[in-house]
Amino acid sequence: MTDGYHIIVCGSLVPDPLQTLEPVPGSTPPALKNEAMLPAVLDPWAAHSLFEAARLARETPGSKVWLVSLGPKSRLQQLMMQVAQKVPFELVALDGPASGFADAAEVAAALAGAIAAIPGLDRSRLLLFGGCASASRDAGATLQMVAEELGIHDQFLAVDELKPAADGSLRVLERIEGGRYLASVCDGPPLCVGWSTGSLPEPPNSPQIGMQNMRAIMPALQRAKPAPVGSQDLAWLDARVPDQRRDTRIVKDASTDAIAAEIVAWIRS
Amino acid sequence: MEHVLCLLHTDADGAVPQPAREAVTTALRLATELGGAALAIGVIGAGAAAAADQLAGTGVERFVAVDGPDFASSRYATDAAAAAAIARATEATVIVGPATARFARTLPGVARRLGGRIDTQVTGLAVDAGRVIAERWYYRQRIVTKASRTTRPWLLTLAPGIASPWQGEPGQANAERLAVELSAAEQRTRVVGIEQASSGAAQTIRPDADLLLVAGAGWTKKQADGQPHVADAARLVLGFLERTRASLGSSKSLVDQSAEGGAVMPFMTHLNQVGQTGSTPRHPKGLATCCHGEEPHVVGWRFIRERRAINLDPSCGWARGKADVLYVADAFEVMAKVNALLDGAS
Ligand SMILES: Cc1cc2nc3c(=O)[nH]c(=O)nc-3n(C[C@H](O)[C@H](O)[C@H](O)COP(=O)(O)OP(=O)(O)OC[C@H]3O[C@@H](n4cnc5c(N)ncnc54)[C@H](O)[C@@H]3O)c2cc1C
Repeated sequence: MTDGYHIIVCGSLVPDPLQTLEPVPGSTPPALKNEAMLPAVLDPWAAHSLFEAARLARETPGSKVWLVSLGPKSRLQQLMMQVAQKVPFELVALDGPASGFADAAEVAAALAGAIAAIPGLDRSRLLLFGGCASASRDAGATLQMVAEELGIHDQFLAVDELKPAADGSLRVLERIEGGRYLASVCDGPPLCVGWSTGSLPEPPNSPQIGMQNMRAIMPALQRAKPAPVGSQDLAWLDARVPDQRRDTRIVKDASTDAIAAEIVAWIRS
Repeated sequence: MEHVLCLLHTDADGAVPQPAREAVTTALRLATELGGAALAIGVIGAGAAAAADQLAGTGVERFVAVDGPDFASSRYATDAAAAAAIARATEATVIVGPATARFARTLPGVARRLGGRIDTQVTGLAVDAGRVIAERWYYRQRIVTKASRTTRPWLLTLAPGIASPWQGEPGQANAERLAVELSAAEQRTRVVGIEQASSGAAQTIRPDADLLLVAGAGWTKKQADGQPHVADAARLVLGFLERTRASLGSSKSLVDQSAEGGAVMPFMTHLNQVGQTGSTPRHPKGLATCCHGEEPHVVGWRFIRERRAINLDPSCGWARGKADVLYVADAFEVMAKVNALLDGAS
């Protein structure tokens, strides 16, 4: 058995998926139009990993959860107003761009540095969590680089389930091709888990948890170190929203038979 | 001068899977367009050296394999050690490989280990004035970019379907076998099996299918008679899949209902979800049924070429330039008839 896990969740803000996104024409590196004004949410897969971390911590006495976020300080503060009410965690903030166009390698180096500097972090109990990919860069690369930098060589991606066993080992289910899971057993921490959806719904808001979290969040935001990450070695040639609009033919008032026949002909064509 | 490495892994049967063959096609083209850059093929996995023989007809001069039972499993520590060893042995500067689950897990960490950089899910590779240019999407298929890099090695995982799989005669590749020593720390994880995600025995996700059928939450809603008809819906959907061997996708709303314990469609899981927080499958055709076609769903359709939808609502999202054809009709009636027609012809 374990004395509890030290769970680090890496996750930051992304534009609300319901927003229309457009790049600033000609900007190098690319940037989103009105980026600072777009309503933001906690990156969805990272959010799942935070909820899974909280459950594991609740079920494993002695555990603790940190959320490590790199983003513009003022926007992180707004994000925390939503997230802090969900589950208990301690924030480690880094003040820098949350742009998807910042390179995974630079972001990973900044995150790994911040994690390594967390006082009292016990690496032998460490579970490094995050989303399997972000809704911004959508690379699915940052977490593995952070883990590699921290010397964690048991890594899992697109995970829906992580179950501790009595002997301290952990059983992991990873999504693989064809709607299947790869099941693995790892001897124990440290390990790195990039979560997919997991199995937990979004927790309801708890003002009590929110108040507890916020006491430490404000000082954490004040302490946030600058992390001017970018995409140093990338030469950008183009960034655009391709015209995906189709000329939709709307078939109304046709008989079921006619529609079905047309669909079958199309499937076979 | 670039040294191109095409990095592959075998599948469970020791064969070269289709996405790997696609990567071979791209690597061959890249080496040619780079003015005859050195090209090596590296293979990881049980039976890797024999799998290299399958690719002997490419005419590639150098094959390198990390073979043996220790490398049979899709496991980060051993795959990363093997990939890094092959990259070093071949002095690779540009490394291309398929964006399979196995490499999606492993290659980012390998890029870090080699002091390189990585771009994942690349949808196009070109060479312009001796410079490699990669196309990839940001913000979940909303913005497409082209960029080049200066850091080497540069690793690129290629999205499935962007090149045709290499086909050719097998032969003698005479792959060099690299010996990779593993520490105990690299064997702390054991792969214990593969499980079907859905509770039903049927596999519903078929990445190679020509057609994607998407089911939306409408299938579980009250219909004209004021009642839901979920069992009928499940029968129609499964019946269609059996007849067409289509792959099954879902909207988030429908899989969320299933996950919340509703007796919805027992074969539907989060793995079927298409969209912002789901998958972005690649199929030539897609048919959406009882799905509203909202933006967070439709971003997952970016790589579906022909799109049709059946919806009762003439002003649903599909009507607004998201589908080629919208049938304003009752999907229960239409799909029952479609299944009957498919039977009639078989
Ligand atoms: C952060 C975030 C991430 C998200 N990620 C995703 C994602 O990855 N994937 C995703 O799908 N959604 C996602 N969404 C949700 C998305 O915005 C929609 O809510 C969801 O796609 C709606 O699902 P639906 O179309 O199946 O259901 P509904 O909106 O309920 O639509 C049901 C449709 O069925 C039709 N219908 C009913 N009966 C019939 C019938 N008999 N015949 C024909 N049509 C009928 C109705 O007209 C209606 O259009 C996300 C949202 C957020 C905020």
